[in-house]
Amino acid sequence: MEYSFLNDLPKVVWMIIGIAGFLAVIGLMLVVIDIPRTRRDRWQAALFLAPALILLIGGVVYPVLRTTMLSFYDRSGTEFVGLTNYLWMFQRPEILLVLRNTLLWVVFAPVLATAVGLLYAILIDRSRFESIAKSLVFMPMAISLVGASIIWRFVFAYRPADQEQYGLFNQIVVWLGGEPQLWLLDQPLNTFLLILVLIWVQAGFAMVVMSAAIKAIPSEIVEAARIDGAGAWQLFTRITLPSVWPTLLVVLVTITVQTLKVFDIVRTMTGGNYGTSVIANEMYSQAFQQGQVGQGSALAVFLFALVIPLVILQIRRTRKARELA
Amino acid sequence: MTPTTTPPAQAPARTGKPDGGAAARVRRRLSGTSAGLVAIVIAVVWTVPTAGLLVSSFRPAEQIRTTGWWTFFGSPEVTLDNYRDVLFGTSSDGQLATHFVNSFVITLPATVFVLVIAALAAYALSWIDFRGRDWIFLGIFALQIVPLQMSLVPLLSFFSQGVAIGETQILPAWELSGAMAFTNVWVAHTIFGLPLGIFLLHNFISQLPHTLFEAARVDGAGHGTIFLRIVLPLITPALVSLGIFQFLWVWNDLLVALIFTGGDNATAPLTVRLAELAGTRGEAWHRLTAGAFVSMVVPLVVFLLLQRYFVRGLLAGSVKG
Repeated sequence: MEYSFLNDLPKVVWMIIGIAGFLAVIGLMLVVIDIPRTRRDRWQAALFLAPALILLIGGVVYPVLRTTMLSFYDRSGTEFVGLTNYLWMFQRPEILLVLRNTLLWVVFAPVLATAVGLLYAILIDRSRFESIAKSLVFMPMAISLVGASIIWRFVFAYRPADQEQYGLFNQIVVWLGGEPQLWLLDQPLNTFLLILVLIWVQAGFAMVVMSAAIKAIPSEIVEAARIDGAGAWQLFTRITLPSVWPTLLVVLVTITVQTLKVFDIVRTMTGGNYGTSVIANEMYSQAFQQGQVGQGSALAVFLFALVIPLVILQIRRTRKARELA
Repeated sequence: MTPTTTPPAQAPARTGKPDGGAAARVRRRLSGTSAGLVAIVIAVVWTVPTAGLLVSSFRPAEQIRTTGWWTFFGSPEVTLDNYRDVLFGTSSDGQLATHFVNSFVITLPATVFVLVIAALAAYALSWIDFRGRDWIFLGIFALQIVPLQMSLVPLLSFFSQGVAIGETQILPAWELSGAMAFTNVWVAHTIFGLPLGIFLLHNFISQLPHTLFEAARVDGAGHGTIFLRIVLPLITPALVSLGIFQFLWVWNDLLVALIFTGGDNATAPLTVRLAELAGTRGEAWHRLTAGAFVSMVVPLVVFLLLQRYFVRGLLAGSVKG
């Protein structure tokens, strides 16, 4: 069937009704709230907070409790099974592979993305093309991870050796005299190629934040070090690095949290096949494709448990970074 | 490209010493050329994959299938057929025009709802006195750390089965069909955007000057009037930053849409449909290249026009998940 916008019109109408209705209700609330002449702060606060609290209690607080409970129940959530789902997680080889992959992601993606971001920020600092150079590397942050994954799948695309390659990576391999490969099927190399996509996306974030930190270093300090005869490497290790260290850690932890939850890249690049699945992908697959709600919930709880210490660390770091700023 | 970067970064005082940044010195001492070379290599690696996809999307399907996009510059041949097919062709071609509309229908309300609800809550938590205020704020702050994976199963069952304690149904299932089915995704995205939204706006609203509110109070203005007439206009920059974030986040999201639209073509946004096309038609590159760009064009426009606000929000610590 050919596309016709008329079929989509009801959606747009419903969207307008949704937004207009919502704004009308809130607007009315704000007018009504001022009608009583006496001040009743408690009630007014309750009205201001009600939409947020209802949504957060119903959509986050209760679900956290419920998911935790479900992780101790069987696939349909009716029979209590104790720690079975957690034992399953640490005993099944295919799930151990998932955990190992997640570990690989966490070990490599944040450090490399931050390193590239910092290096690039230093290299382009105060150069003539700084803003354009920044935009180029930052751009992948704006597009979806699905889009980024398609970009990189095209780079790794494979044609048999007797045909002309259209994937850039295999073409380079051929130019260098090698054989084209199905890179994304090659374990465990394929996990590293997926990690590369996240590095490509997150380096821009690291670069922007690190660049701001670098510019905050007072030039008097640099001047003084230079008069004392400090070389480039000494400037970097004695001045730049210590100055941006708190920010660097914040960036590192932020990317680590994002990495733990990585889903879109794995989904779009390999669908979690060929030994590339990670926790978030496995959670989706168990809970929503295989109907294993108990096992899916256990994976979600495990993910949550991994994130908590990082966030506590993050809050401390942020506070320290603010104090230093 | 818009020449905008981090606000404090622009135009450092260039009086006296020509430049004095530690990084600049490090760069220069690394001998200008090799440093420049590394920077160029990084910039190229970060740009070429996207450029290759963009170039390919305008090449005839037959050529995409047989030759590399780098041969395009030898014999340029440009066509819009890929875009026409993937946007307006049959549903097996993708028919991304429908999904483009879906993406908007999902993203705009999910952004407006978060901005308004978060601003209301942030105002109450900043300027209305009541007992337990700090505890509520701390609680909402803490919710930022919860991965949304923890919410998915219960929230989906709430939409599809309602709430029941034992045998008694307390709330019925949301049996929304047709265009109304979008409501589930709106609610889900609004929930996931709120903790960060409230936190960011609270940072901003709580720093407005005290005297402003006292003066309005003396004039007899209530909280509703103060919020509408005084607070909203003053926090516009913060609303823009948060709005861009929420917009891009929802537009680019795959997981939430996958679960709360159920992968139904009538409601699925671009990301869901593209991931599906990549899975089932992994080698149909004339569709995938054009399709990927259809999904990127809106975020790129937002990014290029509003990069300044985007970066400001980023530096304020807004990365969610």
